[in-house]
Formats: sequence, structure tokens, C-alpha cells
Amino acid sequence: MTVTADRPAAEIGRDRRRKEDRRLITGSSRYTDNIVLPGMLHLAMVRSPFAHARVTSIDAAEAKAAANVVAVYTAADLDESAGVLINAWPITPDQVTPVHPVLAADRVTFAGEIVAVVVARSAAAARDAAELVDVDYDELPAALDLKEAVQDTVLAHPDLGTNKSALWVFDSAAAGTGGNVEDAITAARADGVVIEREYRQNRLIPAFMEPRSVVVDPTGEQLTMWSATQVPHIVRFALAATTGVPENKIRVIAPDVGGGFGGKLQVTPEEWLAWWIARQVHKPVKYTETRSESMIAAHHGRDQWQKLTLAATKDGRVTGLKVELTADLGSYVAIVGGGVPVLGAFMFNAIYKIPAYHFACQTVLTNKTWTDAYRGAGRPEATFAIERLMSDLADELGMDPLELREKNWITHEEFPFTTVAGLEYDSGNYEAATASAKKFFGYDELRAEQARRRAAGDPVQLGIGISTFTEMCGLAPSRVLGSLDYGAGGWEHASVRMLATGKVEVATGTSAHGQGHETAFSQIVADRLGVPFEDVEILHGDTQVSVKGLDTYGSRSLVVGGEALVKAADKVVEKAKPVAAHLLEAAVDDIEFQGGRFGVKGTDAGVTIQEVAGAVFTAHNLPDGMEPSIDAEATYDPINFNYPHGTHLCAVEVDTETGQVRLRKYTCVDDVGTIVNPLIVEGQVHGGLAQGIAQALYEDAVFDDAGTLVSGSFVDYLVPSAADLISFDAHHASTPATTNTLGTKGVGEAGTIASTPAVVNAVLDAVRQFGVEDIVMPCSPARVYAAIAAARAGDTGTTTEGAGA
Amino acid sequence: MIPAAFDYAAPTTVDEALALLAEHGEDAKLIAGGQSLLPVLRLRLNAPEFVIDLGRIDALRGVRDDGGALVVGAMTTHATVATDPLIAQHAALVSKAVRTVADAQVRNRGTFGGALAHADPAGDVGAPALALGAQFVIAEQGGGRRTVDAGDFFVDLFETAIGEDELLTEIRIPKHTGWGAHYEKFVRIAQQWSIVAVAATVRAEGGTIAEARVALTNMGATPLRATAVEELLRGRPATEDAIRDAVSSVADGTSPPADLNGDADYRRHLARVLTRRAVLTAATG
Repeated sequence: MTVTADRPAAEIGRDRRRKEDRRLITGSSRYTDNIVLPGMLHLAMVRSPFAHARVTSIDAAEAKAAANVVAVYTAADLDESAGVLINAWPITPDQVTPVHPVLAADRVTFAGEIVAVVVARSAAAARDAAELVDVDYDELPAALDLKEAVQDTVLAHPDLGTNKSALWVFDSAAAGTGGNVEDAITAARADGVVIEREYRQNRLIPAFMEPRSVVVDPTGEQLTMWSATQVPHIVRFALAATTGVPENKIRVIAPDVGGGFGGKLQVTPEEWLAWWIARQVHKPVKYTETRSESMIAAHHGRDQWQKLTLAATKDGRVTGLKVELTADLGSYVAIVGGGVPVLGAFMFNAIYKIPAYHFACQTVLTNKTWTDAYRGAGRPEATFAIERLMSDLADELGMDPLELREKNWITHEEFPFTTVAGLEYDSGNYEAATASAKKFFGYDELRAEQARRRAAGDPVQLGIGISTFTEMCGLAPSRVLGSLDYGAGGWEHASVRMLATGKVEVATGTSAHGQGHETAFSQIVADRLGVPFEDVEILHGDTQVSVKGLDTYGSRSLVVGGEALVKAADKVVEKAKPVAAHLLEAAVDDIEFQGGRFGVKGTDAGVTIQEVAGAVFTAHNLPDGMEPSIDAEATYDPINFNYPHGTHLCAVEVDTETGQVRLRKYTCVDDVGTIVNPLIVEGQVHGGLAQGIAQALYEDAVFDDAGTLVSGSFVDYLVPSAADLISFDAHHASTPATTNTLGTKGVGEAGTIASTPAVVNAVLDAVRQFGVEDIVMPCSPARVYAAIAAARAGDTGTTTEGAGA
Repeated sequence: MIPAAFDYAAPTTVDEALALLAEHGEDAKLIAGGQSLLPVLRLRLNAPEFVIDLGRIDALRGVRDDGGALVVGAMTTHATVATDPLIAQHAALVSKAVRTVADAQVRNRGTFGGALAHADPAGDVGAPALALGAQFVIAEQGGGRRTVDAGDFFVDLFETAIGEDELLTEIRIPKHTGWGAHYEKFVRIAQQWSIVAVAATVRAEGGTIAEARVALTNMGATPLRATAVEELLRGRPATEDAIRDAVSSVADGTSPPADLNGDADYRRHLARVLTRRAVLTAATG
């Protein structure tokens, strides 16, 4: 039979080189800043240098008179059509949410907030004139330190009367998913072990490679916005909802976008200003931020204090976990800013069978840059806390940290498993991933080396850190989002168009910004339809092309968007089948589809789906009454979250004389279910690891006492490069997800979520021998050295912040 | 970001450059490789009205042997200095330090003289020049040249002995042929200014330190020569314990900066550890 011989090799599982890379690395890409339109004007922002101040006057006369300046706008010029910036996830009904204007009016609330915009004929002229805008400020006391802010002594927004935005609580006893945590703690205090810790989640800056940029063209029937965004569909909706322009008059395009990591899932003042100004001046406008502006004005991530109480029996069985978070929102509640820590609420119990659980998160307003999702969004914070606690508990009990974990984790026979946080984990095999990771890592050999170095008093000590993580991704079942008061659903959309020549055009509602969707999705469609990989084109990121969608974040594109693709492709096959039967003069029931070909059972007769597409195009010979189209679309609402997991083992060398930490070995075995493209998965894992390691060792957004971002450039905000990292030893285990057709699990955030605690646990494992109990992130050489020195002097390491401390 | 507007000239001789300096006075700024000045302009931390580009003055480039010293043209790039065989042979400390400057792209554009004239205390060219007793040849108005010893060249933070209407033309580095050398640079990520670094070069004789030269990076407003430590090292065995003892005072009296990477005490501690390591490596290879 020629049928099988002609069948394309299975695409899923092939390490296809990325289709998009040729364009991206040869300068043929088109980023927003590359877009040049006739008569286009340029914007420059005048930003507050103060964290909190009253704006007493703005004198723009000199700027307006400068060469090539068209206009200067301040808040006084705005009208209702400028809109406001929305918070789409009020986490409690009584959440305190300051109004977020697109331009600060009488008061600025963080250093970097925009107070005026210059419109000029060139970017240089706009920049020059921005320097001429004279703004007078009266400085106000600023709420900066998170722990002080929650006391309400200094208010970020005096008119609101409090800095406390919302208190979100989950309690397993109240929810009926577990016992009462206070009872568990009381019992453990009487006869067991209680570990009490306070961990700091440092503030991070997403630091995507392409700074944010926006172009608005107000000419034509639809107003068009190009934006370096992860969320063109959400931007379109929010523009319609807040600026009075009907949704059908709005087209939003995310062209090539150079990274996001959550940092571009925002709706931004810069976008809203460009939108409004273009409509005022009736000309296209462009704004591209500088790196300095990106650092202070694009949203930040993390920034929490985590107060934790873990109860366990003396033989190491965890009996309860109590989590009390304080989370810094910055000066406004960003689009999902308040919700980020809530996403973590479901993950503190991680892979463990914890009988009683209580979670409370207080979100807090401060006069700092707003915070929102950053790679992992809530789950890295949770994973860090529980994986640190498990290692601390093991230390307390004198147990091997892996044994302790094994004693508490869900075994593979127990899936599906409903957790104390109320989620149903569909699949996983923690034993297999851990056994495999131990082998690749050389766990026993490294433990032996560690013992030798300790015995010898080597100035360079070895530490081994563990993180057996899971996470919830694939946002999200719409009903669950509804129950959490999230402002949208979690479905995704795809459409498959069979072109006359047999080529396939696919539109996805996800919006790639570096993930490789064009390649991975082509592989899925090629397999599903049995057409060559090269014949599939993936379109995305334009609301006029991919007409429906909820965009890309939360490791959702493959597990939700990919499933929508599968369903749309399957519909195409079903629609093509009667046409094939008609062309083959056979009964529909006798038609079988395999490898892109419709065959008649028991005969050699057949027709390919690409031939059927041609026949449908001409429509000369179709079954009676059939519409001439086999195109199809599907909107898929996931039935559950998606739960990748893995075991990450990290060895570090700590130079006890300087405090310098160097990675020695990093092994991970991630279970991300069925792998569509191993090369892309490996890239995601490597990049994720780099960002998670960066939180542990390098990156820190630090504000000084005046509220100025000290680490406002890459001189001080340390983003590691390949030169600072090692060759990662990344492997996979696979238990396919049971909640989607292909069995895939999300991989976009896994490396980041898992790696931070692995690294910090390793650092602590190296220096616990001296009495060190905690080192606040990032574990800089100065902090590590100070912790060792303090512990040796009889003072246990404590969680403190501050430069060089 | 876009710098403020400025006028620009690219002279081809030192005399033309001096004439432009005289004409524009304090409104002018010299640009060598631009690796420090351009970021400053782009961030609008400085807005000179006139930029004089030294990049077309061929006479300022190259390395030559002048008997007892090597002469490095001020506009010689870091990349050239780092790979020059004469420098590797007679001033190995300079080769080793310059190889740690920033990254390959910066080393290809940035110049040895430009970095010295910029006098960033966290830069990696000052300490080795100071340790080796380099001399700085400065072109004056009227065509004269004066020579300044390294000890007098670095005046303060970003300030040298070069006058406002003068320019640095060459750096004379006394030969230290056969001396071991090491530049111990302490950073958290590869592309970072030195938190602290130590430049050490040692003439060893059969396991003993006959002579040593030591200078510190980022331990004060200028690179610092550790002459007291150099004296203490003389005649010591090249062993870790002997060196540890000799260098223990290296940070005494220093006023290093405090920043996110550490406070002054931590830097003083680092200086002691790094000096020991630098000297030991320089002495024993």
C-alpha cells in the first residue's frame, strides 16, 4: 500500500528547527518600533522623579514652542475618551482599588509615573522638548517598605484611607478540603515539630529584550494599534471598554514581539496615551520606551513577605501548613496584579499530601512601580516557600531532604488526586522523575564529595539543593476563573482554513512572543491533517486575522490553544469526509482517514485532504446541499488546569572566604507530558532555569529611601548571561496529561518555578554547617559572606534586607 | 535613548584636536572609543555642545618597544592591548587585566587611553598601570608634551592630571619582563564593573618573592598602589601562609564605596582575600 509510504513522518516529537528563527535572526523581523507610517508623529513621556508628590504646576510653554513640536498634553487636556487602566481581577468584593488614570493629574504615586506627553515630528525632537516641560512638585511622604506600608502609617493614596487593598483567604476546613490547620499546629507543638519561617520574595523586573513600543494609526475605518504586547485581544477589549471606541472599530496587532515573561500582559498608560493622542491629532503616532523607562515603568514581579508555619510529626509526616502573605502591588492594582499571589494559593501544598491548609494574602499599595505577572506568577513564590520549608524540616529532623519529600508526596498510583487546596491533579510520577534525576545528577557521589570537603575544612564548600515542584498552568477553566472573580474566561480559539492549493492556514488566538508557536503548532496541524509541515502557516497576533482569542500567558498556549487547534483540525477532517466519499463514489461509512488520505475500506482508491480542499474550492462536484467549505474553527474551554512537575537538583560551590556562589551542576527531570518539539521544550527549560536562578542569585529591584529605583539599569540590575550559567543537564519523564487530546503539559514557566528554591536550598546546604538558617534573595556574595560570618560569631542567619547586608 | 544635540568634529592630528579643545573650552568633550561617553550622552547625564572624536588620529594608535619601556598609543583598543605580544611578554599584568574589561564588543571599541583618562575607579586598566609605574604622556596647548607618573595621574573620582585643554597621547609602561602577573577580579556576573579587583605582578626567585607590585581597583576614588604590602612581600617565600600574613594590612586606610554589591567593610575584606590570591597566583603561576 502506498498509503503508509506516502504518509508524512510523525511531526509531534520531532526536533524541528524553528520556522520563525530565520526571520528573527536575519533582520527580517518586524517589531513595533520598525513600523513607519506616513506622517507619523512621535511621543516622549515626562515622568515623575518622585515616588509620591503633589503636582503643583506644569509649564509646557517652552516645550510647545520648541522646533517640530506638535503638542504637549497633560492630564488637564484629557477627556473621557482617554479611558482608564483597568484591574480585571478584583480578588475580593471589597478590594480597595485606586483609580488608575493614564496621566497623573494632581498627584504622582511612583517614580516613573507619566505627567505629560510631548508630540513631535521626530523622536529626537520629542525627547528634547520633554526636557523643557517644567513640572513643580510638592513631595509627599511615600509608602515604600512593604512591612511598614501594611501598618498604614504613611498612605500611598491618602484619599483611600488605607494601603490594604484586599485580604484573600482560603481555609481547608472551611472549604471542606481538609482539616483545621490550627489544630494541626497545636498537636505538633505538643508532640511533633513546628517550623516557623519568614521568607522574602525579592522584587524582580521582567527585563524582556524588546522594550515596549506602540504605534497607533487613527486613519481608516478601523483604528489600528500595533503594540509589543502579549495580549492583543485583551488590549482590544479593554480599549473598547474604557475609551468609547466600539470594539468593531478596533484592530490590535502584536507583530514580532521580543519577549514578555508576563511583563507584556499589561494594559499600559503608554498604549492608552498613544491611542488617545492619535485620535486627537488625526495622525499615526509612535512611542518606544527607553530601557531606563522600561525598568521603572513596565510592571515588576514578585515582592512578597511570606510568613509560614509547617506542622509535622516527629517522623516527618507533614500535618498542616499555614501561609500568611503580604504582597506589594505597587501604587496601582495592575490588570491581574492582585490575582498573582492568589494563583499561588493553590500551589503551596505542591506535590504533598498535606491534611490541613490555611492561606491568607494581604495585598498592599505602596508608592512603587506596580507589580503583576512575571514568569510563574504566584507559583514560583509558593514553590519557593514549600520547597525551602521541606528542606528546613528535613534539616530539623536530621532526615535526607529527598526521603522527607518521598514520605509526603502523592504516589503515582494515587492519581487523579484532589489536593487540600481543592485541585484535582490528573497525572504525574514524582518517584520516577526523582529517581531519574538522582541518577543523572550523581546524587550519591556529590554527597560524598560534600562530606569530604566538610571534613577537610575546604574554603570552598559544596551544597546540594532540591526542588520537587509541580505547578498549575494552562489558564484556565472559565468556571474556575469565574469563581475567583476573574474578569474573563480561559478558553482559546483556533481556526483552520483549507486553501485552494491544498495549503493550510491556521489562526490561533494565542499570541506568541518568542515561544515558537509557528513551529510547534505547525507540527500539530501537520500530524492531525496528514499534510506536510511546510504546508501549514500559523497566523497570530492580529485581531483582524485571529479574530477570537485570549492570548498568551500562564503556559496556556499549547495546552489550551493547542487543544483548540486539534479540535478545529478534527472538524476539518469530519467536514471533508463526505466530500471525499462523494468524489470516491463510496459511502461515508466506508471512508477512513489516515495520514492525510481518505481511503475506501478494502480498496486502493483514495483522495488526499489537500485534493479535497481543491475540489471544495472549485465546488464543481460537491454532495448536494453541501456548503463549499471544509474550513473549521473551535473554541476550547479547558476542563482542568494542567500540572507539569519535575525534580530539580542543584549543586553549588560556595567560596566561604568571599561568599561567592558558583553553580557546579544542575540536573532537572521535567514531566511535561507529551513533547511536541523537544528543541523548543529544551529552550523553554533553559531560559526558565536562567530566570529562576537569577532570582536566587542576581536580580533585585531595589528602591532607596526616597523611592527611587536604585537598580534602574543593567549596571545594577544583574541579569545573568550564558557566561554566568552552566550547561544544564535537562531531561524528561513523561506521564501524558489526561485532560487534553495530545497529553501535553505546559513548559513555559516550569524552569523558573522550580529552580529558585533548588539554588537557595543548595546555598544553605553548603553553609548550614556553620549555623546559617536563611539568606535573603538574591544570595549575593556579600550576603552569603555576612551570613557565614554572623553564624560563626554565634548569631544565626536571619532574614534581613538592605544593600550589602 | 537619544542624546541631546551636539556638534562634532573628527580631527586627524593631535594638533587639530588641541586647537578644537582650545576653541570650545569646557563645552567640548573628547570621545575615544565611546564606551563610557556614549551611555552618558544617551542617558542625558551629560550634554556637551561639542564632541571631538579622536578615532581618526592614526598617530595615537599602536604599541612599540622603546628600550626599557613599552609605549602604548592612547587610542589603542583594549582588544589590541589584550592580544599584543610585546605587552604579553613585558607587561603581562596589563594583558591579563585588559582581558577582563567588559565584553568582546566593548574591548573592540574601547581604548586603553580612553579608559585611563575616564578614570572610573571600578575600571580595570588603572590598577595595572599604577602597579607597573606607567608614565602618561600628555599633549599640551602649543605643541609641548609633559609626562606624568602614575602616582600623580589619578587625582580623584573620574579626574586625572589631564588638563581641560590637553589630551593623553601615550602611556609608557616600564618593562617587567619575566615577572609573573595576575589580575584577580571579583564580580557577580561576567559583564560587571569590578566590585573589587587586585592587580599583582611578582618577580620570583626560586620560590621567594624578590619584588612585588600590587594595586587595587575600586577601593577608593582612584586606583590605589599598595606599597607597604609590596615591601612586606619582598623576600617572603611564595606560600599562601606567608603571603596571607604580608597582605593582611592591604585594606588599611582605604575608603571603598558601598553599593548593592557590598558595604565598605566587605570590600576591605575582599581586598585582603583577593590580594592574597592575586599575589600567590602571580608568584607561582
